[in-house]
Amino acid sequence: SITDTTLDFWKTAVGKRNRDRGNENDNGGSEISQCNKIILRSSIRSTISISTIPSYFLIFLLVMSLSLQSGGTSSRGLSTETNNALTAAPNQATTRPITTGTSVLGIKYRNGVMLAADTLVSYGSMAKYKNAKRLLNVNSRTLVGASGEYSDLQSISQLLKANALSDRCTSDSLYEEETNEECAKEVWSYLRAVMYNRRSKMNPLWNDVVVAGFKQNTDGTTSDTPFLGVVDKIGTAYEDDILATGFGGYIALPLMREKYRPDMEEGEARALLEDCLRILFYRDCRALNRVQIAKVTKEGGVLVSDPYELDTYWDFKGFVSSKGEMGTDGGW
Amino acid sequence: MASSGSGYDLSSSTFSPDGRIFQIEYAAKAVENAGTALGLRCRDGVVLAVEKPLQNKMLVAATTGRRIHTVDEYAGVAMTGFVSDGRQIVNRAREEAGSYEETYGTKIPPTTLAARLSTYVHYFTLHGALRPFGASTLVAAYDPATKKHSLHMVEPSGVSYEYFGAAAGRGRQSARTEMEKLPTNPKTAGGAEGGEENLITVAEGVKQLAKIIHTLHDEAKDKPFELEMSWLSEGTGWRHAGVPRATIAEAVAWAKKEIEEAEEESEDDEMEE
Repeated sequence: SITDTTLDFWKTAVGKRNRDRGNENDNGGSEISQCNKIILRSSIRSTISISTIPSYFLIFLLVMSLSLQSGGTSSRGLSTETNNALTAAPNQATTRPITTGTSVLGIKYRNGVMLAADTLVSYGSMAKYKNAKRLLNVNSRTLVGASGEYSDLQSISQLLKANALSDRCTSDSLYEEETNEECAKEVWSYLRAVMYNRRSKMNPLWNDVVVAGFKQNTDGTTSDTPFLGVVDKIGTAYEDDILATGFGGYIALPLMREKYRPDMEEGEARALLEDCLRILFYRDCRALNRVQIAKVTKEGGVLVSDPYELDTYWDFKGFVSSKGEMGTDGGW
Repeated sequence: MASSGSGYDLSSSTFSPDGRIFQIEYAAKAVENAGTALGLRCRDGVVLAVEKPLQNKMLVAATTGRRIHTVDEYAGVAMTGFVSDGRQIVNRAREEAGSYEETYGTKIPPTTLAARLSTYVHYFTLHGALRPFGASTLVAAYDPATKKHSLHMVEPSGVSYEYFGAAAGRGRQSARTEMEKLPTNPKTAGGAEGGEENLITVAEGVKQLAKIIHTLHDEAKDKPFELEMSWLSEGTGWRHAGVPRATIAEAVAWAKKEIEEAEEESEDDEMEE
């Protein structure tokens, strides 16, 4: 009951489909003959169903159901994979950082908050970019600094700047005296959402981002309370009076904790941070003595210094004379 | 004034026998019926001013019905006509500015922004299924690469030109006459010699535009209005922002005084005759 014209029609259609899939010599014959066999087999089992359903429809169903399964019957055994190295989708998830920045230090002091970071971006063990800025201002009252993957920091910076611009454009009022910009706490919360979202997709932004500034009063004006917080690559958001990322957490944080007082003057805070950066340069092999300091104050807004070099002292006895000469057991 | 469309005015994809597209002309008429919008290019910046008629007494005038919008850090757009149509153009301007910066890493040049907006506005005059925008937009922008500021106006037909001074809306004819008297063209400012230093400054421009708008406003016929003004200038770091309300108030007070004095003078002249 299956006419030849019907079979021919389906044979050419199936043959074209299989040729499109990569089987150069297929003309549909093998697949259609398999269909035929299935129909005959099933016709033996269930003659009632065959006689009631038009045969065209049955062939149609069979061929369509076979083709819907990936590859189709005739190509199943051969399994022609058209995904070769050139066209395969690449792995888009970040699995390791490539160009990295080291510690960022942050401390609150009497009039505001201060951040410090060196200007080295390392390429593995190579000190590749020695004048890279890792502290940047997002708007006139928020400061952001990050360690980790530098390209992710650039992406975050672009995102925050675009946010600041769209905030300005779509603000409630045309007049600057009636509008306000995102405060540090808002930026920190937003970054937490962004970082956690990326981690949940198993494609993190590989950074520890430090946000510094002030909180905001209910009417939008900058409050007197300084704010310092960090968001890490898995979306943990933490705020404190003193912060350090990376190696700074091990070496600088204990020193900062010892010396910290809430009413430190700016000069004191800066001296403390410079000292910590110097010690990090001695001990962290991915650090540099070329550094940047940035501060946020309520009246002055954000100020980021140009990079400058720290003096380093190499006449400690332990550097000059070897341990063996000093009467110890000769260890390094 | 215009001949009746008589069948050629039903769609913006139809020319009339004498080579006009009536729908575009009707769109321009819609703009002519709306509040005046002015733009002035000064030596050290650009000033935008819009007369915002207050539709009824219950309107919170200070924040709603804005006609000047910031579209980029160094660019602002003022509109008149159908404000909802104008809003669409403003949104498109923001998208264009944002995508240009994402792609090229620099701020969109003013001529490029004006060209993109005029292409967009023009598109709506090409299809019978769409109607043209019933809004004119004045684009004030600064290019940090060339350090030049400029003023452009995009009309409902999709044409855009760069201007020293531009006006759209109800009082545009008289406004243009008044603006021509101001020294805005470096070739002719301060006499035949011209010269950059004779050009009007932004501070002076604010006052002059306030005066023009108040002169054109007819107390009897037109509704009460609020004056919205914005500028971008060296003083604001070239960022587009609203002129501080205090400055606007000063300019309006000065303008009203000048208008009164001019009226008294003309009354005195009449009395003498």
